[in-house]
Amino acid sequence: MLKYIIKRLIFGIATIFVVSTLTFFLMQQVPGGPFAADKSISKAAQKALEVKYGLDKPITVQYLNYFKNALHGDFGISIKQRGRDVAQIISSKFPVSARVGGISIILSLLVGVPLGSVAALNRGKILDRLIIVFATLGIAVPSFVICTILMYILGVKLELLPTYGLTSPLHYIMPVLALSFYPTAYIARQMRSSMLDVLGQDYMRTARAKGLSENVILFKHALRNAILPIVTYMGPLVAYTLVGSFVVEKIFTIPGLGGEFVSSVINQDYTVIMGTTIFLASLIIVMNVLVDIAYTVIDPRIKLK
Amino acid sequence: MKHLVDIEHERLSFFTPAGEVKALDDVSFYVNEGEVIGIVGESGSGKSVTSYSLMGLIANPGKIIGGDLYFNGYHINEMSEKEMRKIRGNEVSIIFQDPMTSLNPVYTIGNQIMEVILLHTNKSKTEARERAKELLTLVGINEPDKRLKQYPHELSGGMRQRVMIAMALACEPKLLIADEPTTALDVTIQAQIIELMMELKNKLGMAIIMITHDLGVVASICDRIAVMYAGKIVESGMTDDIFYNPKHEYTKGLLKSIPKMYEYDYERLVPIEGSPVDMLNPPKGCPFASRCDSCMKICLREMPPVKNFSDTHYSQCWLNEIEDDIKSEGGSECLKK
Repeated sequence: MLKYIIKRLIFGIATIFVVSTLTFFLMQQVPGGPFAADKSISKAAQKALEVKYGLDKPITVQYLNYFKNALHGDFGISIKQRGRDVAQIISSKFPVSARVGGISIILSLLVGVPLGSVAALNRGKILDRLIIVFATLGIAVPSFVICTILMYILGVKLELLPTYGLTSPLHYIMPVLALSFYPTAYIARQMRSSMLDVLGQDYMRTARAKGLSENVILFKHALRNAILPIVTYMGPLVAYTLVGSFVVEKIFTIPGLGGEFVSSVINQDYTVIMGTTIFLASLIIVMNVLVDIAYTVIDPRIKLK
Repeated sequence: MKHLVDIEHERLSFFTPAGEVKALDDVSFYVNEGEVIGIVGESGSGKSVTSYSLMGLIANPGKIIGGDLYFNGYHINEMSEKEMRKIRGNEVSIIFQDPMTSLNPVYTIGNQIMEVILLHTNKSKTEARERAKELLTLVGINEPDKRLKQYPHELSGGMRQRVMIAMALACEPKLLIADEPTTALDVTIQAQIIELMMELKNKLGMAIIMITHDLGVVASICDRIAVMYAGKIVESGMTDDIFYNPKHEYTKGLLKSIPKMYEYDYERLVPIEGSPVDMLNPPKGCPFASRCDSCMKICLREMPPVKNFSDTHYSQCWLNEIEDDIKSEGGSECLKK
């Protein structure tokens, strides 16, 4: 097990290296540069800025410099946000996104898993149909539509909830709901189909023949077998949800990392692009290792080698 | 003599979107204490459904629509699900066809055996573990301590079936239903499992309902046999009656299709031609008529009555009636119909 984890982490580091190298060269290929859009800056000042940030050197030299610094834990300073370094940006904004994202992951599990199970147990009945409709909607409707609807009804019409910022627990409700919608629907759908699969298995009949109550049959014998596909989905879901959603953060004016991702690309803020990319890649790799470990705990047939 | 199991005129249907499937049509039989009953018949003839209904294990859309089921003094079809649960796995147990899939893959053998013991007795966890060990030894599994901690996928098929048997016998049931317990195993293991079951039966004295389509198994271990076809028991009798004096054309067909060991000439097996009846639209007369070599006009029109040959041997076939007619009147009333 330990050997497996070490092996996975070594591969993970290699993956991060490849991802960051590709990102580095690709972002340099995009026309323009961090200062190109600022018309107010004179040619000479622009030149001076480029020298300051080392952007005048050949790209290979920039690349080697970046990695030399990165290996020492220095991910550079933001080119566009004056006076802030990348590590600082990530460490101040990630917790904000992670709080909203974490709550929404817990919510989608707490709602999605029971919803899918209930649908499976009531297969073909009205309850099942309703849940399927909800799940389809949740997957099909884009998040900006959901955000807008939530904001219009709860924020503007009923004036129940504040529509921007994150200053009180009430502020969390709408962003969390908006973020949870898709994963809840996805988990419910996945849970329904895997639960249906498990309910038809022979060992469920054995459990019933033992005289066990429906609750024990469902929670002990069915759930543990049916939950595996959900665990698989948790890897990428947790990574992407924790770093935040651009759309949700923009609409509810949340100072999170999700917005940083997109704005850094739009601004061609090279160091921030690199920093956030490496951060997300590491998070995904760590999550996938955790998912693999979770597998072995849930299903003894799976052995890590 | 008091019967352990009494099924009287049971009717059971599955209400599917395509229509009502009459899985059991007027099925009656009994099992005495300590008796081994074989139920034989082809796929879909209702063998499994009969025994599942005895345990209240018929899932939607199946429903008992008539008749009475008694087991050990309980009136099964009048009992609530909650009352049924106390009997299941306790006084009546079942082992299934495929041991590879009948054990839950994510729990240890020990966990799954102890689960039944803890559910139906007042034993503590330690006592239950002792009992589980005892059971594994009883069904011939070595190193029970180690096996208890193993998962189903770490055991062979024969071993898993032994575990299933251990689990079924955990609470010393009065009746063990064996639903084709050897079908999924290879031949040498089949013999071992059958032997084990007989040995345990002699030791513990439970009755067994053996559902199978292997007439060889039936001949060697059963006291009585019920032959099922299209949801009906078409013939039932002591094992010798069925094998040496079959009274239904279907039984005769089944016997003809067994390979013989000491035949001098190479003889072709005689299959029963045709396919099983469509249970959605069962024919009006005898369900076997369309495949029967001796089919008469009346067979297509009317279901034959039950004819008793002895206390234990009966069958439902028009040919039996005709024989009587010929004997008594010299002519056939049945044929005139």
